[in-house]
Amino acid sequence: MPLSCAGGYRYLTKGVDLGDPLRRAFQRLRMQEDRQHEAELIRRILAGETDVFHELIRPYEKMVYVTLLTMLRNETEAEDSAQEAMISAYRYLHTFRGDAKFSTWLVTIAMNEGRQRLRRLKRAAEDSLEDTVEEPEGDFTPAFLTDWREIPLEALERKELRQKLRDAVDSLPKIYREVFVLRDLQEMNQEETAAALGITIAAVKVRLHRARMMLQKILVPYLRGSVPARKGFFGRLFQ
Amino acid sequence: MNLKCKNVWEHISEYLDQQLTPEVRAEIEKHLENCEVCSAILDSTRNVLVLTADNRTYELPVGYSKRLHDRLQKAIHQNPDPGENSPS
Repeated sequence: MPLSCAGGYRYLTKGVDLGDPLRRAFQRLRMQEDRQHEAELIRRILAGETDVFHELIRPYEKMVYVTLLTMLRNETEAEDSAQEAMISAYRYLHTFRGDAKFSTWLVTIAMNEGRQRLRRLKRAAEDSLEDTVEEPEGDFTPAFLTDWREIPLEALERKELRQKLRDAVDSLPKIYREVFVLRDLQEMNQEETAAALGITIAAVKVRLHRARMMLQKILVPYLRGSVPARKGFFGRLFQ
Repeated sequence: MNLKCKNVWEHISEYLDQQLTPEVRAEIEKHLENCEVCSAILDSTRNVLVLTADNRTYELPVGYSKRLHDRLQKAIHQNPDPGENSPS
């Protein structure tokens, strides 16, 4: 059966669970195998094969870096703190109990490292202010439009588009940015995200929705300008 | 139940994540069939998420992996037992 556009999305989309039961079953199986493999690597490291640690963290190099880059918004600081986070993970590996996924445990270490780094960089004042506002007031309505022509993934070859996307994520208030990064960039599920951030699943859902709406509002005018949308005859009025 | 546009926007995220009840989902899809604005908002949001989550949007700096593993190697050799000298 040929794929419809909507069907194709399921295979193109990352970070958005479009609910294909087969794909989810496959993902569960793969995750189970990955966890078993990681458990075995951790057992070997703790038994003295310390060099195996390189293999254990290799799949998460980018996850840790991106998490810290979106927190610190500085490439040099992100790289240095990613190294520190990995070293911490090595030192504290014996405390990993396996009740959470290794990736969740690792991203929690990375976020703690990021927070310490922010404090050292004296940016804490700004972020603490954001922290004290549990759900800041904001404009969570989307950008209005009457039609949308798909921006193809090939457009990402353009450096300025990639920069614009990163800038948009950076511009999100911290509490929304961190949920967006974990859910949509790192593809963690709601429970893992809630555990990593110490918030409720309900808060994860609310913040993710707001983050996505803010990104849509920031990026759609730019994307439409960079790739002109089809012209419709009439803009339909709101119902 | 006739959903207003605003009600649809409130559910966009859960719609994309397939977290809505079949009843609410059906209502939203009925609305989308007749509302170009909400359809375009949904499509553009999904497109923005696909682009943002693409591997190319965030790239590792050149040489990142080597520098990371070199530094790790030093740390591992300085502290060959990951359980030692660390609080449990």
